[in-house]
Order: sequence, then C-alpha cells, then structure tokens
Amino acid sequence: MLRDITIGQYYPSDSVIHRLDPRVKLFWTLIYIISLFLGQNIFIYGIAGVFLLMCIRISKVPVKFILRGLKAVIMLLMFSVIFNIFLTDGEVIFRIWKIKVTREGVVIAVAMAVRLIFLIMGSSLMTLTTTPNDLTDGLEKSLGFLKIIHVPVHEIAMMMSIALRFIPILIEETDKIMKAQQARGADFETGGIIKKAKAMVPLLVPLFISAIRRAYDLATAMEAKCYKGGAGRTKMKPLKYKRRDALAYLVIFAYLFIMIMVKVYVVA
Amino acid sequence: MLIILDKVNYVYSEGSGFEMKALNDISLTINKGEFIGLIGHTGSGKSTLTQHLNGLLRATSGKIYYDGQDIYDKDFNMKSLRSKVGLVFQYPEHQLFETDVFTDVCFGPKNLGLDKKETELRAFEALEMVGFPKELFYNSPFELSGGQKRRAAIAGVLAMKPEVLILDEPTAGLDPKGRDEILDRIKKLHDDTGMTVILVSHSMEDVAKYVGRLIVLNHGSIMYDDEPRKVFAHYKELEKIGLAAPQLTYILNDLNKAGFDVDTGAITMDEAAQAVLKSLGR
Repeated sequence: MLRDITIGQYYPSDSVIHRLDPRVKLFWTLIYIISLFLGQNIFIYGIAGVFLLMCIRISKVPVKFILRGLKAVIMLLMFSVIFNIFLTDGEVIFRIWKIKVTREGVVIAVAMAVRLIFLIMGSSLMTLTTTPNDLTDGLEKSLGFLKIIHVPVHEIAMMMSIALRFIPILIEETDKIMKAQQARGADFETGGIIKKAKAMVPLLVPLFISAIRRAYDLATAMEAKCYKGGAGRTKMKPLKYKRRDALAYLVIFAYLFIMIMVKVYVVA
Repeated sequence: MLIILDKVNYVYSEGSGFEMKALNDISLTINKGEFIGLIGHTGSGKSTLTQHLNGLLRATSGKIYYDGQDIYDKDFNMKSLRSKVGLVFQYPEHQLFETDVFTDVCFGPKNLGLDKKETELRAFEALEMVGFPKELFYNSPFELSGGQKRRAAIAGVLAMKPEVLILDEPTAGLDPKGRDEILDRIKKLHDDTGMTVILVSHSMEDVAKYVGRLIVLNHGSIMYDDEPRKVFAHYKELEKIGLAAPQLTYILNDLNKAGFDVDTGAITMDEAAQAVLKSLGR
C-alpha cells in the first residue's frame, strides 16, 4: 500500500535523459506545463502527447511505472471530470430527469482529464529520471538569482533534499512499526473511523519519535562535518552543461516554437 | 510438530522491476519446546522467514501449518496465530508508545480482549519474567536505558503468553553485559515454561551455548539444520558465506591439527577446558 507512492521516486536506468543536466529537465518540465495551458485543442494535446511518449521512450522508464503515479490523483481526476460533465451549460446531448449532459461539458471534461494526466506524467518523468540530489542541486542553481533578494536558496534546497531522502526511510519505518504492533495484536483495518483513528496512536507515536531522533542524529552528523549553510560551500561535482544539454535546450525551444505556431495558426 | 513449513517461497515486490527472491523452497518442522537458533548473514532471509511464522508476510507459494492447521485457510484465525506466535522485532524498543512502561506492556493482552485484571496480571508477570526493576514500572519508556527499554519491549510480547517466542536479534546494540543478561533470561524462560523459542542472530558466538538446534540460512535457503556442534564442524563453509564458528571451535581445531587429540565439538568454555584436559591425560 505505502509502496505505491511514487512521488520523488527515482528509476535507475542508463539513458540520455537520465544523464541530462537537472537544470535542463527542470526547464523542460516548466515549458511542458506551460505548453499544456496554451489551449484546449486536439492538435495541442496531440503534439504534447507525442512529445511526452517520445521522451518516455528515450528515458527507458517503463510506462507502467509512470502510470502508477496517477493512482494518487485518481480521485481528483474523477471529481473534475464528473463536475465538468454535469455542471457545464450548452448544447444538451441527453438528459435524465434534472441531470443533463452537454457537448461542451464532455469536451471540457476530457480536455481537463488529458491535461491533468499529461501534467502528472510529465513531472513524474522528471523525478523518475533525476536523483533527488541532482534535482535539488539543479533547483539551487536555477533559483540562485533569488539570493540577491535574500532568499535562502541553499537552505531551502538542502531541506528539500533531506525531506526527499527521508521519504523511503520513513515509509520503511512505518511498515516496520505497523508490523511490530500487529505482532502485539494491534488491528489497523477493522472498526469505525474513531476506532481506526485510535488505532493509529501506537503507530504514530513511535514514528514521530523515531523521526525526531533521526533528525537530531543527522543534525549532529552534519555539524560534526562542519556544515554551516551555503556561504562558501563548494561542490564535489559542480553542475556543468555539456553538448547534449545544449541539444536538449534546442529540442525544448523547437517544441515550444511548434506549439506556439499551432496555437497562432491552427487554433486561432 | 508445532509448525511445519512446506516449500515456502517469498518474492519481494513481485512484478515491479525490483523483484527479489527472499526465501527459496524452505521446508522446515519446528517441534514444541525446542530452542532454535536461526543464523544467517545480513540479507539471508532470517527476518523474512520469521515474519512468515506469525502470518505478517504471506508466502508467494508454499504452505505453513500451525498445530496441524493451514494458516492460509480462509477461516483460519490470523489474530489468534499472532498471539500464539510472539514475534519480537529487531530494536523492539522502537515500538514503545505509551506514557509508562506498565501500560505499554498491557497493550498486547488488551488487544486479545482480556479483562483489566487479567491484562494487568499478565503485564506484571511478563515484566517479572524479563527481570524489569519494579521501581521503574511507571516510568516513561523513553527515559530508560537501552537494556531496560529492550526488556520492556520483550515483556510487551511475553504478556500475550505466546506458545512460540521468536526474537529477532534481541541483543543488537547492547553491551556485552546487557547481552548476556537478556540471553540468560531467555534461556531461563525456556527452561521454566517449556516455551518454544527461536533466536535469530548473525553471531554464532551468541547463540551457540543456548540453543539445541541451529538453522543456517544462506540466500534464502536452508544450508544446515542440525545440532550446533555438528554445524560448527563445517566452519570452513560457514566462513565462505560470511559467518564464523565460535572462537573455541577454531582453537580446538588448531590444537587438533597440531597433534593434540581433542574433541572439537565443544561449545562452552567449560566443555572446551574439559576436552583439552582430557587430551592431556589429566
């Protein structure tokens, strides 16, 4: 159950996309998200879909793996589809009693669903092909300009990478404590909502205690290695653009250009 | 025969690209009242195997019988199995959560649906059994020493009065004194109550002098299943899989090679001393 969470998960493989500079991938995600909002048109979504599938193909990440990330948002997806289908005014296709389904409603619902699915697939492709460390390195560097207005970019990036790093550890810990309490006869599955909430206490208390203990240990270990924040800190593997990164930027701009052209000439 | 495992296989994360075979055709019978040591290197499947014995993990294939009943039968009562097969996890003190030790130990029996009096009686008995000092009964579990926490956590499982007690590395992270105390307590518990005990460890030295039967796991398969002295005779093979026989075995074997006629099967220091004295003709 807990293992289904794929947010921030990394899928190890050896592909061009895996080796790209994280800044390129962050930029790609941003551009991709923007492109999805260019308009609700079959051509726009078509090109976005083809582009995404191509990227997934190149990345060698199984499609099944990316689709698993959708499980988490399936409720949200259903909600937006159902509301759009039934609550949009327009040309009525059929009606049962007071509920009516309109052509516009169906179009909007489908468009919304497609957009949401692409959005999540696109961004999970980035996290699946980028190690958490690379990701935060890339973010820190890309947002470096914010330092001018005294945003602690390095600290935020460090917090992010620690948080990401600890997700699997805490999941494992939860699993372990759950089993340990089950071995003592705890029951997490049956009963009403109040009984279930109460059953969480033997799980949550040890989990929080262990998280706090880990945090203390980590802080001590970092201080013992003279960590004192971002100022004057150098990197063992500083990010450097390579030829393939320039090429990737070119592809991204070409994609954006095509999308804008479609928007201007085909859609309008 | 209390527990029977018949060709049990277990595969982690089946069908996800990260598949890992943890147990490989394990067949095993465990008799009532045995004191068993389960030994293996890290990742050999020890913990996975123990979690099968009380139904926390479900075998990918194969059958497990408890007291003649198939535990994967639809109408088998898993909850009662978990109270009969008490499993103490590694670092069990991490599961303590109540405001005081006594209440925490009551958690198990309370889950069995016992009344308050019986629950408290069992908790009291369990804490006695592990030698937990009375003056600390109502202290917070978080202000105890490592050894005391460990005792409190083991008591938490003992309070359910299991027929089989499985301890996963009960001495990990304890100092030598704490280690010996805990193991002596467990041995005493086994001798006094006739409880079936399975002691999981990666250290031969720890378990050798306590257990009557030793099971060695390697890569999810059973490599040896015999009396300790017979298992230790394979000390060279044990070394190959990252384990080691107790130091005594090495010394006695070296003496043997050097021309002394000593019995190399000794397990405790006393036995070894006797063996050496005997070979010297005294």
